[in-house]
Amino acid sequence: MWRRSPSFILDRTSSSPPMAADTTRTPIQNPDSISAYYQTRAAHHGVITSEWLSQAQAAVGGVVSGDEHPVSSLNELGNEKSFNVIEEFNSWRKQPDLAEAVAAIRALAAVIRASEATTMMELEIELKKASDTLKSWDKTSISLTAGCDLFIRYVTRTSALEYEDFNSAKSRLLERAEKFGEISCKARRIIAMLSQDFIFDGCTILVHGLSRVVLEILKTAAQNNKLFRVLCTEGRPDGTGVLLSSELSKLDIPVKLLLDSAVAYSMDEVDMVFVGADGVVESGGIINMMGTYQIALVAHSMNKPVYVAAESYKFARLYPLDQKDMAPALRPIEFGLKIPTKVEVERSARDYTPPQYLTLLFTDLGVLSPSVVSDELIQLYL
Amino acid sequence: MESRRNPRAVVDPKVRQVGFFTSSQPDSSSTQQQQQQTDPIPASASSPPVSTISPSGNSLSPVMIPPPRLNSSDTFPLRGAAAGASSAVSPSSFSYSNRRDFPDGSTTASPGRHSRGSFVKSSTPVASSLPGIGMDSMAAAKSSSVPASGLTTVSVATMPPGLAEKASGMEVQSDQKKNSKPLKEKTTKAERRAIQEAQRAAKAAAKADGGKVPPGTSASVASTSVKVAKPAKPSTQKNEVSVAAGVTEKKGGPSEKDRKKDAPHPRMQYDDESRVVKAKRRAVVKQTEAKNRVELFRHLPQYEHGTQLPDLETKFFQLDPMHPAVYKVGLQYLSGDISGGNARCIAMLQAFQEVVKDYSTPPEKNLNRDMTAKISSYVSFLIECRPLSISMGNAIRFVKNRIAKLPITLSESEAKAALQSDIERFINDKIIGADMVIVKHAVTKIRDGDVLLTYGSPTAVEMILLHAHELKKKFRVLVVDSRPKLEGQLLLRRLIKRGISCTYTHINAISYIMHEVTKVFLGASSVLSNGTVYSRVGTACVAMVASAFRVPVLVCCEAYKFHERVQLDSICSNELGDPNAISKVHGREDINYLDGLTNNANLQFLNLMYDATPSDYISMIITDYGMVPPTSVPVIVREYQKEHLLV
Repeated sequence: MWRRSPSFILDRTSSSPPMAADTTRTPIQNPDSISAYYQTRAAHHGVITSEWLSQAQAAVGGVVSGDEHPVSSLNELGNEKSFNVIEEFNSWRKQPDLAEAVAAIRALAAVIRASEATTMMELEIELKKASDTLKSWDKTSISLTAGCDLFIRYVTRTSALEYEDFNSAKSRLLERAEKFGEISCKARRIIAMLSQDFIFDGCTILVHGLSRVVLEILKTAAQNNKLFRVLCTEGRPDGTGVLLSSELSKLDIPVKLLLDSAVAYSMDEVDMVFVGADGVVESGGIINMMGTYQIALVAHSMNKPVYVAAESYKFARLYPLDQKDMAPALRPIEFGLKIPTKVEVERSARDYTPPQYLTLLFTDLGVLSPSVVSDELIQLYL
Repeated sequence: MESRRNPRAVVDPKVRQVGFFTSSQPDSSSTQQQQQQTDPIPASASSPPVSTISPSGNSLSPVMIPPPRLNSSDTFPLRGAAAGASSAVSPSSFSYSNRRDFPDGSTTASPGRHSRGSFVKSSTPVASSLPGIGMDSMAAAKSSSVPASGLTTVSVATMPPGLAEKASGMEVQSDQKKNSKPLKEKTTKAERRAIQEAQRAAKAAAKADGGKVPPGTSASVASTSVKVAKPAKPSTQKNEVSVAAGVTEKKGGPSEKDRKKDAPHPRMQYDDESRVVKAKRRAVVKQTEAKNRVELFRHLPQYEHGTQLPDLETKFFQLDPMHPAVYKVGLQYLSGDISGGNARCIAMLQAFQEVVKDYSTPPEKNLNRDMTAKISSYVSFLIECRPLSISMGNAIRFVKNRIAKLPITLSESEAKAALQSDIERFINDKIIGADMVIVKHAVTKIRDGDVLLTYGSPTAVEMILLHAHELKKKFRVLVVDSRPKLEGQLLLRRLIKRGISCTYTHINAISYIMHEVTKVFLGASSVLSNGTVYSRVGTACVAMVASAFRVPVLVCCEAYKFHERVQLDSICSNELGDPNAISKVHGREDINYLDGLTNNANLQFLNLMYDATPSDYISMIITDYGMVPPTSVPVIVREYQKEHLLV
């Protein structure tokens, strides 16, 4: 998969841009029912603005350990290994520039390092177990699952491993895991380069959600002296749009903030819609932050192109048939007013956008149409 | 194609260079001869042949010679004959440049055969045209009488097996008739005699081995061939040659091969009269074609229902080349005892396993080739019983591929064992195993409180429902059914027995019932590479209504049923069922309003068996490679085909 990536467009020497630094979190009312996926996300999002950096640093220690305790105490009852894996994963997860998939792979690499297995088969079984615990620890994160699957795939599939002696095979695996982190940063650069052709001078881009890839794209475009305007949705309740717009204004990109409900109102002046993705599923559709689906619907009905920027490790072997057909990632929602207890609140953090409403996917495998995703997945996993 | 070629052949003098040639070394390879000949040929062609009728000269000849491919020129000892040495020349001096004529080694016109034929007649070999497969190569030919010997052989021939379909361009010859007329009138006495003789020989032979060619058929073959046997008609002559070969060689048992080659193409166009006639002549199963077919579907085979069975039964002991297991399966197809894509395919494969088990390579034959020919002949028999499904086509391709790939080093018993286990593996992995995987995937899509709709009685869906029930999922099933098969009732019985809550309705009520459905599960006979699902008639209707109600449509189909063909409608390829099934309602005499009208020329019944659902109406295809969107079918086909060959 990586071999086929159009990484040639990247300057070899270019280093990954330093992203913002650390974690902070939105207040969480009932930690038990909140998806860990959402926590990571919230953590990463909170961070991007540098103003928050100082608070974040203070917050990191206490908060992270605070919300991990219930989970890990559950796992302590189980075997020791699962405890280790998750611990490891969480420590990696704290680095905001690392995608979840990369954190997962780093955690698996730690498993390999710690492993006392003497044969490939044993190691494989151990890895499998570890990845299963990781996956079951957070069922809502797509890229975590996809990352684990990818790595396991690599271990079980690479025929070269069979011919080497155990130790060199092991070190090769570790090397591979190390590389993965680089790849994920590189993928963002590739995607940013690929998508430059689609941004033309004078265009207006609607952005929903706070995606590192989309930010990278806009940054690169601005650096290339493209003249464009960005409309940011507010992104209630996380205020992702507020964060993104402040980030963009620092780059001197003209930006306008919209209410989430004003999308249709302003769609007329929009030339294209850019969104990121939490996961790209087999049908070619995407799972992304709540509101993406309705923006895609509006854009589709007004014949505006919808572009998705996603790294290929977000490709997941999932096939939701409709919105309810996936594990919901629940999140707390603050309405500001007191909500009577009888009133139910829809707390899902993301929705599924079917492929027919997407125009193109910008990935590190190239610019793909939605139907190609499945082809890539089949080739990857079969 | 040929019509374009013929005129060319006639006009282009080069074509006629392909001449007659006597070679002293009977066994020399054709290429060699070819090379030797290249020079003499033009000369021979230009020299007026001795025979009065032989048109091989410059005269306008109807001889169909395809555009001049050098290597396809055929040589014949005409010149020798002209020189008076002809009788001495054994026919084996024939050189065949078109080696492709003999794909199985079952040459219709092999040198050996010819020589035999000529010995029998102790005559000068008669030039005959041997159009190659696809007519790309062809022999120059004329039957000629040689005054010196006074004896002429005319070979009477069946259609050369492999050529049957392609060469059915023989109609073209009728165009040529005009040209041939004068020649025809010139037919010499000797020639006429030869024809008669050939006829007689054919009859005798037919009698001798009645089993392989139905008596009536062989006679008719002979007679037709004689009728056609005008010397001017090259391709007929070719036929004759091969018939002669077949006739003389009867005991050799090339019958299956002949049968195989004459078998109707699986997708034969049944509105093509001449092909139908030809196919019929060869058919083992005697079928009466239905009258009053719907115009639009004339290209599909349709036979009077029930006419084949008794006939086939009476022939049980005559069909010696047919393996009993194959025969049994054929009968079951015919009577409808086995239906459903998987069941039919498994039955066929198991019959082939039996065949392989009982197989022994005939002396002087190659296992790979002979077995392939045998399988082909069985397949053509099965086609006569019921048109193949695409899944069966894929399975047959697999079997043939395995046979072809058998290493020559294997002993016969090893090869047989390998084949049997290959077939076994195909059944287990690609059909039964695939179903398991499909069930595993599909069950993840069933949630508590679902209302699942299914249409007809797809086996995969039934397995899914039963498995989901075992997993204690709470769901309800809506079985939609349609006349005339009412297969849904069987499914309903089995589901209810397991305690699943079901609703049964006919397809007429689909738009009413759809609003309460949460998912539609459908089976498929095949999935084509543009994502079109080819399935039981009515499926498209269900899928379209479902997608109008925004209900997801899941199609369950094993990957071995995928096909790289593209189909846009359900007209060009389909199967016609028994018209009586829709004209009558059994047990309801009071509403059989169409009694007595079935043969009315103004009334046509259309009982289609399949339809094609465009991919737009399908949300997901569940296959043994996981759940894929219909746009990914080509990927599966591509990847699978690779694996398919490796299996």
